[in-house]
Amino acid sequence: MTAQPDTATIRATAQRLQGAMLAAGAVSVEADILQPAELLLDLYGEDIRARAYVTHDPLRGELMLRPDFTVPVVQAHMNGGADPARYTYLGEVFRKQEHRARGQERPSEYLQLGYEVFDRANPAAADAEVFALFADLLASLPLRAATGDINILMAAVQGLTTSDKRRAALLRHIWRPKRFRALLDRFGGRQAASAARTAMLAAFATTPAAALIAGVGGFVGIRSDAEIAARVAALLDDAALPPIAGEQVVMLDQILALQAASPMALAALRGLAAVMPALTPALDQMEQRLDALAQRGVDVAALAFEAAYGRTTLEYYDGFVFGFYAGGRPDLPAIASGGRYDALTRVLGRGRSIPAVGGVIRPALVAALQGGGA
Amino acid sequence: MIRIGVPSKGRLMENTFDWFRARGLAMQRSGAERAYAGQISGSDDAELVMLSAAEMPRELAAGRVHLAVTGSDLVREGLADWADQVRQVAALGFGHADLVIAVPMVWVDVETLDDLDAVAAQFRRIHGHRLRIATKYHRLTHGFLRDQGVADYQLVDSQGATEGSVKNQTAEAIADITSSGDTLRDNHLKVLADGLILRSEATLFASCHPMLAGDQAALAAFVARHGLGG
Repeated sequence: MTAQPDTATIRATAQRLQGAMLAAGAVSVEADILQPAELLLDLYGEDIRARAYVTHDPLRGELMLRPDFTVPVVQAHMNGGADPARYTYLGEVFRKQEHRARGQERPSEYLQLGYEVFDRANPAAADAEVFALFADLLASLPLRAATGDINILMAAVQGLTTSDKRRAALLRHIWRPKRFRALLDRFGGRQAASAARTAMLAAFATTPAAALIAGVGGFVGIRSDAEIAARVAALLDDAALPPIAGEQVVMLDQILALQAASPMALAALRGLAAVMPALTPALDQMEQRLDALAQRGVDVAALAFEAAYGRTTLEYYDGFVFGFYAGGRPDLPAIASGGRYDALTRVLGRGRSIPAVGGVIRPALVAALQGGGA
Repeated sequence: MIRIGVPSKGRLMENTFDWFRARGLAMQRSGAERAYAGQISGSDDAELVMLSAAEMPRELAAGRVHLAVTGSDLVREGLADWADQVRQVAALGFGHADLVIAVPMVWVDVETLDDLDAVAAQFRRIHGHRLRIATKYHRLTHGFLRDQGVADYQLVDSQGATEGSVKNQTAEAIADITSSGDTLRDNHLKVLADGLILRSEATLFASCHPMLAGDQAALAAFVARHGLGG
């Protein structure tokens, strides 16, 4: 086990790394430690409440100790940042730990160094810029890089021959693999409807929704009878649909299981795109990114690609995703991670949006690995 | 001295007293009817600590009691990595209750978590906020819904009369303890077919606090002598 570096060493490491980000053209930005909880909860759902410290202010209501910088930095940018813009930030973030450490204690307060690029000119080049910068900064450490692309998964779902509602349901759960699997198995006819669902559909077939609702008596809650009736109709529509074709489900499974060096992965995906052309635009972007990475000196032939990588992070990445991990240290979280989050800028921009990609480094882990004779 | 935490009132206290009496430990409340103090006859190396069942997990975790009776739901809700902090000695066979997710009966389109999840998406789209689930079991409910992949809900805190929160329009659904289901039905709520979060019952736990390490041999001997280990 490596010795814990002291605070001064961690801060010096962070400042050295941030110097490289400033040299790359980034502007240094700050963010409040106390962030409004409501916005973060709306974006991330209850998972963030379980991971962030929530506190209460008598005037401002629920506040969270900054769990990351991405949201405040995007907000500040959408309220009048330069276009294009590059930002860097360095400060503490706070994360509750729900489990006692089995080896090394995971800190609930640690420095986070970030780099974010808002640039509409060439997203593939921006992806490559962020990854290559991080790879350079971490080059002296024995790290393994992982990459993925959520956009390819979304394109694969969009390419399924089925109803818009089914595609939307699957897209909504890309970041929740278990529910995604259950939906896909049901839509694909691999899993029969539950007994409860079958009984419900039988009742809908013989009795109008309004009569079923009236028959219950005791209407409670703000969800209206019209909403209930609308979903009954949607369930009946869905039950009448044919299952998603078996070969499409198999193809989605193949994509989700794909792990290979990037050029091999791209070739395999190109093969699948021959029968699922909806993949092609996302694969073109992947190819452009690989070219841009190669131009920046990244050894693309050895760069690992996992199609399912990034599915279990908090859900705002919707394109390229990456992480750097310490070899032989599965007890450590990612030393650095990041990705593309175009949709988040749309949500926070109230109508406006800008392609965005960025990542964070944990300086304490970098310092620990350097101190450990790495 | 082995300190035993026992619920300080109600049927849970009486059943706990009966359970220990059957094992040769006669407990009784001492002093006035409302004084939360008690004593044990039949053992001179144990003392009784009368506490609210809800405070028991914290007292066990802190090592202020060696043994305590409380609901397994409260231990799992109150203690992160509970199995590292306390050890289950025996299930006592009473105080059965299920922590369940319940929705309005009038939701004729909802029978399973799959339906609840789909309705949460619909509800958020129409009402502009996440579907509210009232509960005091935040950790257990969130953990269950995360594992089941349910999205677009929010937990709202309800420390009592939770079954009324849908009628009062402070929530769309609830996650609460039920034993017979009567209260749910009276409030026009039904349990989801796969909405069982946890089966709970009154349980005897031992503290794993490091401070009590020196007492573990005495504790084990006490548990063995009185046959408390289930």
